[in-house]
Amino acid sequence: MAGGNFEKYKSDGSLPGNLLEWVDARFPATSMWKGHLSEYYCPKNFNFWYFFGSLALLVLVIQIVTGIFLTMHYKPDAALNASGVPIAFASVEYIMRDVPGGWLIRYMHSTGASAFFIVVYLHMFRGLLYGSYRKPRELTWLFGVGIFLVLMGEAFFGYLLPWGQMSYWGAQVIVNLFGAIPVIGNDLSILIRGDFVVGDATLNRFFSFHVIAFPLVLVGLVAAHVLALHETGSNNPDGIEIKANKDANGIPLDGIPFHPYYTVKDIVGVVVFLMVFSLVLFFAPEGAGYFLETPNFYPADPLKTPNHIAPVWYFTPYYSILRAIVWNFFGLDAKFWGVVAMGASVVIFAFLPWLDRSPVKSIRYRGPIYKTMLTLFVICFFILGYLGTLSPSPMGELVSQVCTVFYFGFFLGMPWWSRMDKFKPVPERVTMK
Amino acid sequence: MSKQGKMDCGRRRLIVATAAVGGVGAIAALVPFVSSLLPSERAKAAGAPVEVDISKLEPGQMMTVEWRGKPVWIINRTKEMLETLTKLADAVADPKSEKNMQPAYAQNDTRSIKPEMMVVVGICTHLGCSPSSKFKSGADEGMPGDWLGGFLCPCHGSTFDFAGRVYKSKPAPTNLEVPPHVYLSDTRIMIGEDKKGA
Repeated sequence: MAGGNFEKYKSDGSLPGNLLEWVDARFPATSMWKGHLSEYYCPKNFNFWYFFGSLALLVLVIQIVTGIFLTMHYKPDAALNASGVPIAFASVEYIMRDVPGGWLIRYMHSTGASAFFIVVYLHMFRGLLYGSYRKPRELTWLFGVGIFLVLMGEAFFGYLLPWGQMSYWGAQVIVNLFGAIPVIGNDLSILIRGDFVVGDATLNRFFSFHVIAFPLVLVGLVAAHVLALHETGSNNPDGIEIKANKDANGIPLDGIPFHPYYTVKDIVGVVVFLMVFSLVLFFAPEGAGYFLETPNFYPADPLKTPNHIAPVWYFTPYYSILRAIVWNFFGLDAKFWGVVAMGASVVIFAFLPWLDRSPVKSIRYRGPIYKTMLTLFVICFFILGYLGTLSPSPMGELVSQVCTVFYFGFFLGMPWWSRMDKFKPVPERVTMK
Repeated sequence: MSKQGKMDCGRRRLIVATAAVGGVGAIAALVPFVSSLLPSERAKAAGAPVEVDISKLEPGQMMTVEWRGKPVWIINRTKEMLETLTKLADAVADPKSEKNMQPAYAQNDTRSIKPEMMVVVGICTHLGCSPSSKFKSGADEGMPGDWLGGFLCPCHGSTFDFAGRVYKSKPAPTNLEVPPHVYLSDTRIMIGEDKKGA
């Protein structure tokens, strides 16, 4: 589809026509437009779950634009100003109070971070529902997992910048996690911090990573994600290939051009999303302490940890997995295995295309085993996420251990349980439910 | 090229050699970038010792000073506090401080030079949070009933006694670190140095 050969534009003799012909002879304008939009054929049965890819792109744009404007006023400096407040913290307060419209841009950026993870989690869940990661879209999925990893890094670096209590101690804990790696751990965590403690060097490099290095990689991966998708064509809620049934012109019978059909449909999604986004933005920008945590309204104090520290909500499931590992194995510390488990719990998504052995892709034609497993997985994910926001407790530890075992069991057992299911016959053509 | 039959092996070798030399150059170019991430000379020099006046520290009180960007606690322990240390010998992971987390002169039952005066880095050995003081015993501090007083790390729940010794089966792998320190006089401590003028 995307790689198809499109004829170069021929002018109708008008001035704009001549201009476009001139450009098209030198740049693949027409072929990109047609290949990715007006003649990129999508299955006609996309449903609610297919909004979140384009919404993720929208949030990326919101984050980049608001980020550019925040960078004009923010100062990554841990030194204390004349009133004894760290300059970085004071510059965020300055944006919130003195820069015209600054509060709105800042809240858009901080709310945008949580919105990003919400839409990305829903986008990933769509993949689990309809087997979007299955052959031939493995590479699209892998680029997606890459995007998710980079996004987590981006969010982590960004959270240090306001230089509040939670910024500081969160970074302290996460960077120290790397210290758990045998032999190189201690030097590695010093290399990440650029100092023996989280300090000015750390703040400056996190700023650099946050505003340039990671966004560049992120945008590149998003391009690769979309290009790979357009090479294979989109999956759909029935999990069947629309390219299997084409008309005389080679156009899938169940396909409709992305533009204008899905561009218009996505605008509806954008409008609804922006309504919800604005509600949070204007009425609960701190997200009840989940989007912006209360201790972060106090400047970083290297001498005192807040009484309760927890990562932002989108990291809490993995944080719970980290805390659930309390046993030493093979002479290595529980701390190290906790880090390994936390890393594995994110990276394991990358293996889904090869773990899933069911003959059908979509949950619509899978049996009770997949539906039960996926439901339990989502429940476990939520429980882990909730426990990660709480202080450690013996009961919480036990529950998170059970959920961690199930979390990994879901993936590692998949080659067996995904095959055992009862499957329904898959239709020849897409269905409109 | 191979389809047309003859391959110019000399040119092929030149291509391989050029790519190899280029690759080495690219890796060598990484060195200044990676080394720029290491602590700067200024950061390395920032570890100056700190002099502390402890004359106003009453028994049972604790003060916090900053040394190398970290909190250092000085606790003037009461008799009762010191008595808890012997009671807890079975409850803590390393009662005799055998792991190298203190200078040799603090490797004793109280982990200190003077029995009552505890000097310790207030950074949990698990992931680097600063534990909170829970000096009162039991339920007053929201701790279990048999709590004898000490410190609780808010991040992952490690507990420590009044000598900074970690309780068994807690995430923190070792006792809290005792920094090098020396008494300049009865009421003045230098933290970060072992001997006067060293």
